[in-house]
Amino acid sequence: MRDEATFKVKAGLAEMLKGGVIMDVIDADQARIAEAAGACAVMALERVPSDIRRDGGVARMSDPEMIQGIQEAVTIPVMAKARIGHFAEAQVLEALEVDYIDESEVLTPADEANHIDKWGFKVPFVCGATNLGEALRRVGEGAAMIRSKGEAGTGDIVEAVRHLRTINGEIKRLSGLSESEIATAAKQHSAPLDLLREVAASGRLPVVMFCAGGIATPADASLVMQLGAEGVFVGSGIFKSGDPEARAAAIVEATTHFEVPARVLSASEGLGAAMDSIEARSLEDSELLSNRGW
Amino acid sequence: MSALPSPAATGEQITVGVLALQGDFEAHRAVLEGLGAAVREVRVPADLDSLDGLVIPGGESTTMTLGVEREKLGEPLREFHRAGKPIFGTCAGLIMLDREHLGIIDIRAERNAFGRQVRSFETDVEMGLPGGPIEALFIRAPWIAEYGPSVEVLAQVDGNPVAAREGTVLVVAFHPELGDDQRVHALFLQAVRDARLAAA
Repeated sequence: MRDEATFKVKAGLAEMLKGGVIMDVIDADQARIAEAAGACAVMALERVPSDIRRDGGVARMSDPEMIQGIQEAVTIPVMAKARIGHFAEAQVLEALEVDYIDESEVLTPADEANHIDKWGFKVPFVCGATNLGEALRRVGEGAAMIRSKGEAGTGDIVEAVRHLRTINGEIKRLSGLSESEIATAAKQHSAPLDLLREVAASGRLPVVMFCAGGIATPADASLVMQLGAEGVFVGSGIFKSGDPEARAAAIVEATTHFEVPARVLSASEGLGAAMDSIEARSLEDSELLSNRGW
Repeated sequence: MSALPSPAATGEQITVGVLALQGDFEAHRAVLEGLGAAVREVRVPADLDSLDGLVIPGGESTTMTLGVEREKLGEPLREFHRAGKPIFGTCAGLIMLDREHLGIIDIRAERNAFGRQVRSFETDVEMGLPGGPIEALFIRAPWIAEYGPSVEVLAQVDGNPVAAREGTVLVVAFHPELGDDQRVHALFLQAVRDARLAAA
């Protein structure tokens, strides 16, 4: 008797990715570079967030042919992004047998009220969150992995730090609450009560949490790991930098040895220029990707 | 559930390493500590000093292989094995230990043998442990495609070997560290205790 695609199996793949770096790639060549540098998975997308930000227009799911090319090029898990609420894009990605679907605010949302019902899919989902309530709403919808959102495509770590500290701070403040106080907290967070109870008891999210959005250097990776991330997504930070191979390997090394400054130091040397960056504070509200999702 | 005595009951503290380059090493740590072993995360060769046994966790075998090269851990791990210290690999750990990687157990692993993530599954596996079959999670799992004459196959799924032992090396294609059943870890810790007594 075999039970395929149970929640344990979906959440279990995220457990396997822990302590690793998931890299955005736009073609098979970049995927091979990412794999050879030690990525634990790649995220296939048409344009990295900094290009989406620059070019504007509607950002959609990638060309399936490009995703297939990446699946054939590497043996590590291949993830791909669907627009928020666009369950038909997710169905296409499931038919492609991608290993994880990212219902992502980096793409242009397709539904301004509803996220995808993720329970109906065999492929696991990862979703972004800026606070505990958002994370638990996504888990309630079936997400098997959470990433703090940060502000994608900026190279500015400040929003990633804000979101990580918010989520972990909100988790800490649940401990010691009585049952009736937890019920009140569930209302305040607009989060399912059973999940909030689980978090209050365990002191952690029910699924693995990575950090995304703004990681550009080995020290950035070390910072977010020390703040409690269980792994990192790097988008524009690698392939928009001066030496993608070296920077990719260096961020992998810094993620493994995040608690050893001497290793983060040696990983940081001689990497050339980081990506062109934008200070997140200088963006208008309408330009913030992390505001997408509800 | 286990008929095996816990390490705590024997009164002898053993220390087990968990390779922590990438993967679900914290899940292994929790199970091993729950069974009374002291645990040390291993990222560089010096971390192996004076350990009684080692676990190679689930994760991405490509990432871990590159990490082993970067940290120059290959020869120290083989030396650890030659010294008679037990090693236990789960999923990616099984791959890491095979002929084509560290060469510590005489098997050849077929990677992602059951298919992509949509084919990942749960099932009950009979390993001949007291207490009956074990609930096993197979996540983009390998199986054992070939094995040498000194390898004992401990379990199969659909005729494919998914658990094996050769001397002091134990490998499983699934993830006992993610369930509530600690019997496979208890089996490994028994081997660690036996090896320590034999060396004393």
